[in-house]
Amino acid sequence: MKEIKVGLATCGIAAGGMLVYDELKKEIKNNRIEVELKKTGCMGMCYKEVLVEVKDDSDSYLYANVTPDKVKQIVYEHIINKKPVKEWIIKSKDINKEDAFFKKQKQIVLRNCGIIDPSSVDDYILNNGYKAIQKCLNEYSKMEVIDIIIKSGLRGRGGGGFPTGLKWKFASQAAGEKKYIICNADEGDPGAFMDRSTIEGDPHSIIEGMMIAGYAIQADEAYIYVRAEYPLAIERLLTAIKQCEERGFLGKNIFNSNMDFKIRIKEGAGAFVCGEETALISSIEGKRGVPRIRPPFPANKGLWGKPTNINNVETYANIPWIIMNGPQAFSSMGTEKSKGTKVFALAGKIVRSGLAEVPMGITINEIIYDIGGGIVDGKKFKAVQMGGPSGGCIPASMGDLKIDYDEITKTGAIMGSGGLIVLDETTCMVDLAKFFLNFTQNESCGKCTFCRIGTKRMLEILERITAGAGKEGDIQLLEELAYKIKNSSLCGLGQTAPNPVLTTIKYFRDEYEAHNKEKRCPAHSCVSLLTYTIIEDKCIGCTLCAQKCPVNAISGKTKEPHKIKQDACIKCGLCYDSCKFDAIEKI
Amino acid sequence: MTELKKSDFEKKTIADFKKDLINKRKQHGSLIPLLQSAQDSYGYIPEKAIYYISELVDIPSAEIYGVITFYSQFRLKPLGKHVIRICEGTACHVNGAKTILRALQNELGISIEETSDDGFFSLLSVACLGCCSISPVIMIDEKVYGKLTPNMIKKIIKEYKKA
Repeated sequence: MKEIKVGLATCGIAAGGMLVYDELKKEIKNNRIEVELKKTGCMGMCYKEVLVEVKDDSDSYLYANVTPDKVKQIVYEHIINKKPVKEWIIKSKDINKEDAFFKKQKQIVLRNCGIIDPSSVDDYILNNGYKAIQKCLNEYSKMEVIDIIIKSGLRGRGGGGFPTGLKWKFASQAAGEKKYIICNADEGDPGAFMDRSTIEGDPHSIIEGMMIAGYAIQADEAYIYVRAEYPLAIERLLTAIKQCEERGFLGKNIFNSNMDFKIRIKEGAGAFVCGEETALISSIEGKRGVPRIRPPFPANKGLWGKPTNINNVETYANIPWIIMNGPQAFSSMGTEKSKGTKVFALAGKIVRSGLAEVPMGITINEIIYDIGGGIVDGKKFKAVQMGGPSGGCIPASMGDLKIDYDEITKTGAIMGSGGLIVLDETTCMVDLAKFFLNFTQNESCGKCTFCRIGTKRMLEILERITAGAGKEGDIQLLEELAYKIKNSSLCGLGQTAPNPVLTTIKYFRDEYEAHNKEKRCPAHSCVSLLTYTIIEDKCIGCTLCAQKCPVNAISGKTKEPHKIKQDACIKCGLCYDSCKFDAIEKI
Repeated sequence: MTELKKSDFEKKTIADFKKDLINKRKQHGSLIPLLQSAQDSYGYIPEKAIYYISELVDIPSAEIYGVITFYSQFRLKPLGKHVIRICEGTACHVNGAKTILRALQNELGISIEETSDDGFFSLLSVACLGCCSISPVIMIDEKVYGKLTPNMIKKIIKEYKKA
């Protein structure tokens, strides 16, 4: 027996991973077994957490849905008696229950996630870590590195999709002695967790990517701007930086070259707009995170007024792989204008939620059905939300659309950072648009009038539509405001804030009309437009609903049909969920 | 120049806190880390700390107030013993975060941004905890609870009340 690994990213821990880890530790000690117990990052299959991998000389066995009480049996049968507990294993040489999830994936960014111990620099080195930076230092000139990245076709994975190599070129050509590298890890999109998982699972790959960028543009100082809401990611980065400093990978004359490089962590203080590069720079400088007009771009005038290169986590994580495998290996994947892979965070009403890294050019349906396993409870696939608050909803009818920056932009959504929220028939599109607008309205920094006040007005309109008080012309008014906000805002937040509303109007206008004209929510989701009634023929008078009702709005004698007092009902739905006879109707 | 770390300030006395700040005031862009330290030391940012930091870094207190109110992390009022953060991310939203919020409000008798009278719980909302695959989720102090149903809330809160 060689080693046992437990997936301990935030989601693994939330699923009880630490309890499993502690139990394993105890059993290993009690039985005096010689085996290495390791912590690793996210394996991508969040829907199967807690995941435990048992490795022996000839094979590796992946156990899924492990709970502390299963540990004893695994240790006893598999590790002591060498008989793997087959029914709990999802992956080994002979068993391949979750093949579908991985079959269409191609892992570059996530190459080490769930494989190495993220708190061990040796593990990273064993997996070709820090070879790419040494290759650059020893074999390539700065311009050659930039050329490789340009040739690879890599585009910024933070959402904008600007060619990374070009960005580096501008920063390298900018005049000035002092230059900075920044890694944007302010993953603020609700519904996105790729960057958190990448940092938690493989922090060194990001550091190495930043070093290579530093070499290319001749920067000697760098910042990683991380959300304070990601405590584990921050901890793993701090550990990784410390290890690099001890080994001489960071600091003066890194890898015995004449390059100096230092990385600092800045904790974000909670502002979505700080994902915008000029706002992020302002925040690092200790000010309010308010964007400014570009140009000048950060490549010429960034942090403290010096040339600065900003990329996000996923972009940097791609860099070492491209250097090691060559630009052609990267550009051979994908479509004409979108190369390589993209990591998506699958969540919402999908069977297999988790992280999936796919080659560009794959279709939405392939991601949702082949990788994601379709919709929960066999319900109908309605739409997919891409790009978070800046993105939009793509309807199920466009499921054959290829994942490509330009194709997605054409739909009105954006590639964004990679959050992919799957929606089914029970999701109300108007309510979802309201949800996003509430978010952007809250997060608007207040600098531009249209973004500050316009989003507020749009939110008010959506609130009255979902409350059944919509007025005639409200939908047109929403569209008019949306175009004005898009055209009159300085930064990406304002320019894209109306996207969720515009795409839902574009593809689901009938739902808006139903709310506005017929005062009806087709998805039965908007509380104000709902009525719960008891179907007399089906009700047997078991009194369960009356007991559950928190406001005593249900009355009736035992064994007789009950009734809901509509003026007292708060529409919490507890009666609907508790009725065992389908006697309660939601209209 | 010494590196400014948040952990330097944890559980320190006011005197220590002040001493540390004096050492580190000159660092570039130190305002936000200083405010984070103050909040770590006190649980919130007391008015006195604003004046104190203002003198140290030579930034007007009004501007500091502007920075504090800009970022959602900073608080001007103390929080309860346990901080409950309900995730309002997209995945949680479509998977019923609203019913979880209602259950929390019923159980605690407080709304978002409020602290219970006994000072035991504060309820806050957060844009996304990044645990979308196990939505809906809440985070109590540093612990994340996922795949929640309204019924589970009662049990979870009870555990904390007992402790």
